[in-house]
Amino acid sequence: MKLFRIRGGVHPDYRKERTRENPIIALPMPRILCLPLKQHVGAAAKAVVTSGKRVKKGELLARASGAVSAPIHAPTSGYVVDIVDQTAPHPSGLPQKTIMLRSDGKDEWGELPAGIADPFTADPGEIDARVAAAGIVGLGGAAFPSAVKLGLRVGKTLDTLILNGAECEPYLTCDDRIMQEHAEEVVDGARIMAHALGLKRLIIAIETNKPQALDKIRAAAAPFAGVVVVGMPVRYPMGSERHLVKALTGLETPAGKLTADVGVVVHNVGTARAVHQAVRFGRPLISRVITVSGGALSEGRNIEVPLGTLVSDVVAFCGGFKNGTIPHRLISGGPMMGYPLPALDVPVIKGTGGILALTREEINEQTAGPCIRCGTCVTVCPCGLVPMEMAAFIRHDKLEAATKAGIRDCVSCGSCSYICPSHIPLVQYFNYAKGRLNALDRDQRKQERLRTLVEARMARIERQAQAKREAAARARVAKPPVVATNDAPAGDMKVSA
Amino acid sequence: MLVAVGSLALMGATLGTVLGVASRYLAVKSDPLEADLQALLPGSQCGQCGYVGCAPAAAALAKGEAPVTLCIPGGRAVAERLARRLGLEADLSGHEDAEPQYAVIDEKLCIGCLRCFQECTTDAIVGAAKQIHTVIADNCHGCAKCFQTCPTQAVSMHKIQINLADWHWQKPKLRSGLKTRRRH
Amino acid sequence: MIVFRNDRSGPFTHAPNSVRAVMVTVMLALTPATLFDLWLFGWPAVFLFTVTVGACVVFEAACLQLQGKLLLPALGDGSAVLTGWLLAMTLPPWAPWWIGVLGAVFAIALAKHLFGGIGQNVFNPAMVARVALLVSFPVPMTAFTLPRPLFSAGAPGFLDSLSITFGHAVGLDTISAASALGTIKTELSRGVPVTQSMAETPDLLHMLIGLRPGSMGETSALLILLGGLWLLHRKVISWHVPVAMMTTLFALGALFHAVAPDRFTSGVFQLVSGATFLGAFFIATDYVTSPVSRSGQVVYGFGCGFLTWIIRTFAGYPEGVAFAVLLMNALTPLIDRAFRPRTFGRTRAGTPLPLPPRKKP
Repeated sequence: MKLFRIRGGVHPDYRKERTRENPIIALPMPRILCLPLKQHVGAAAKAVVTSGKRVKKGELLARASGAVSAPIHAPTSGYVVDIVDQTAPHPSGLPQKTIMLRSDGKDEWGELPAGIADPFTADPGEIDARVAAAGIVGLGGAAFPSAVKLGLRVGKTLDTLILNGAECEPYLTCDDRIMQEHAEEVVDGARIMAHALGLKRLIIAIETNKPQALDKIRAAAAPFAGVVVVGMPVRYPMGSERHLVKALTGLETPAGKLTADVGVVVHNVGTARAVHQAVRFGRPLISRVITVSGGALSEGRNIEVPLGTLVSDVVAFCGGFKNGTIPHRLISGGPMMGYPLPALDVPVIKGTGGILALTREEINEQTAGPCIRCGTCVTVCPCGLVPMEMAAFIRHDKLEAATKAGIRDCVSCGSCSYICPSHIPLVQYFNYAKGRLNALDRDQRKQERLRTLVEARMARIERQAQAKREAAARARVAKPPVVATNDAPAGDMKVSA
Repeated sequence: MLVAVGSLALMGATLGTVLGVASRYLAVKSDPLEADLQALLPGSQCGQCGYVGCAPAAAALAKGEAPVTLCIPGGRAVAERLARRLGLEADLSGHEDAEPQYAVIDEKLCIGCLRCFQECTTDAIVGAAKQIHTVIADNCHGCAKCFQTCPTQAVSMHKIQINLADWHWQKPKLRSGLKTRRRH
Repeated sequence: MIVFRNDRSGPFTHAPNSVRAVMVTVMLALTPATLFDLWLFGWPAVFLFTVTVGACVVFEAACLQLQGKLLLPALGDGSAVLTGWLLAMTLPPWAPWWIGVLGAVFAIALAKHLFGGIGQNVFNPAMVARVALLVSFPVPMTAFTLPRPLFSAGAPGFLDSLSITFGHAVGLDTISAASALGTIKTELSRGVPVTQSMAETPDLLHMLIGLRPGSMGETSALLILLGGLWLLHRKVISWHVPVAMMTTLFALGALFHAVAPDRFTSGVFQLVSGATFLGAFFIATDYVTSPVSRSGQVVYGFGCGFLTWIIRTFAGYPEGVAFAVLLMNALTPLIDRAFRPRTFGRTRAGTPLPLPPRKKP
């Protein structure tokens, strides 16, 4: 199949050999699970259980709230300890509402809906409903509710579903192992999604540094027409949705639009497997595979982790940190786009792709120097931007100039920061700028709203004043002023109106 | 040589006269500065700048009597826009945005006197006479007029807490390579 | 409870490169040519080289100190040494010591730190220094000598060399010789056609190998070329600027030589004479003063080549690379504005791409 060229990109040291050959192991069910109500893009789920409620495995704990949301289910049987604010698995360390579940050790399944016997004759709406009810979100890290993405068939002309098996981040091998060990489930889930979207064309894209996965998926897809398995050139960020679409179809998604607007929907291989489990067996999303790796960790593993497991339990299962030393940084996700975790007692959530305990040498972070205008960042930027220029604007607080230079088109892939010889933290400038611009937008909207309220109040006061004046005028007409009596002093004649 | 001096002097005089006449008769009419400035201000008539409302504040700005940093709720963003419209160079590097606040009424202390109700410029306080009042936090812009008016001190001002949805990375603080002051 | 660092956002991995690594690689690329030239011109060249590079480092430290900046790691990134090195390559090998020191002042203090330090200078510091020296001191800056290889018969000994560089021994045993470009220009002004004067200059092979008068960067053209190709291989520079510059020079030279061989030198001559290779691979490719986008670099290279040829052919100075580079440095910001890469998802104008026409299934 013809592939198209992508601009830029880098070739980081992938370091996948540490966990590439490790098969997926299931983590023994931990005692405590902490499930945040918001593990996805969109509105937080609303809890339907209260403190003390006994739940079975797979039971609904929180329902989706609004159009873009996802429900949360119990990863095991036990009882709800409490619903409190707990530290979120987020660099800020801020708290969020979390359901604390204590397992009773029995791991009993609750009542599950029956699987759809033949998904390929079922109504797409029914498949949507199953995926939504199962709480499935994009497991590639974006955590966007998958049912909403499947609903894109309404209103958009689609023709291709691409399954993203690129896994271009260093260290991470979870998608690789899922494709090797559960190839049939992945292909089945992908075909179900293609049917739900009404598509005939399904492309499964896998980077060529995963030869066994390519073989296994090819074998699993062989019986089915309409499924094409493509080996992608190894390059970061080949897994970026827009760039993957361009590489495979040559179509460039216009700025501000979705890939669905050019007819393509992209899903992660882990999501496809979850869809298979939900549609065929009625199982909700209650666990996911993650890669735990890093130079500061005793043993790297690929683990199937129940959602809500604390990172401390995961790390302990991997033998703890090497020689008991504390890693320089603890990262959630991959090293390029992942974010630092503040502590060990934060949970693994639907969007967590990996936990990395990195040493100082692995990170290779150094004091930033001045920009020497070498232009390497311009060469590697997959979005065709000029990072050094944007960073210079942001450094001087010229956010409007940065917007004109294209900061909103940046996907924060990190290629520029990776390659900068002066070790300038370019992506942090861009993340700061995007956050600040969003904050300014919010302020602007709030000010407009307040202005409307002020005007409404002025109008109200004016109305009340007007009503008072009218009432006074009517009163003057109805009741004439008091006429002078004979007691009035002479010469003091008042004439009635 | 006299020809050169004379011709240059004549040219200078002519051109100078032309420029002077043009500056009088072809002058560009002044643009509606005040209206533009007022549009840039938040418009919530809170009075924190010291002027009665946003219109008098805009008038003062247009006359040059008020600094561009006058609008406290508007913060740095509004100050920058005002400076740009006025064509001024504003050094805002030391400017710290006042932390946004919102008002909260303690229902145990509220006597329902309606005084805060009259003050609130955005009608963010709900309540009727002799009924307990409360503040709609989303509509409160922290001008603190209710706080100053309340006879029972039932109103308190609280800092708006940053939440997970609003958080973003800070700007990288880089050592510019400058030495720190030597400690003696 | 263990708390982890969360002060920085990603990425949490980095390529094993640094500014110092780049500078060291460039210096390594220059080493063969430099060693050859130092041998070719003997002790005076060694002293001049040492003085120039040393002065650059000293002035860099002084400027950093004056600005209140930390000396390390700024001094350790190798940029001052490289500037001094490149400057020394463009000086006449037997020039007196104060030429090197003044050059360091022009390059480091004026062209680099007055503009804001590394990364902020508009003009190439080594070229600014060379041009300033050339314009201010034309005689010492054009006093080229015949090669007197180290330890050979006619070469000055250690003490004699000290007096050549540090003393007033100019004229002692020095036979001035003009560079090839200089010869041709002078002869042309005397009415001698190019074809004839070219016969008197060293032949092309000798120019390539370098056994001829000229500055250090001019003489060892072959070694410079090899060093430049190695830089390309190491991906420190990209091919756009050197190829554009050399192609333009060659094309213009060949074209005009075909039309009027008596007036214009050939394309190959343009390439191997003077500081073409040094300019194309080491000077014009300077990161700070050249455009950042690849298309901009091609335009920049073309401009450098074009201006070099114009200056060599029509202007008053025999060698045009330094002036051409400085003139193109002035245009770099404009080139950067005009030649930006196309943003993904947008047209060149910046508007979002139109949606492709969709066929309803």
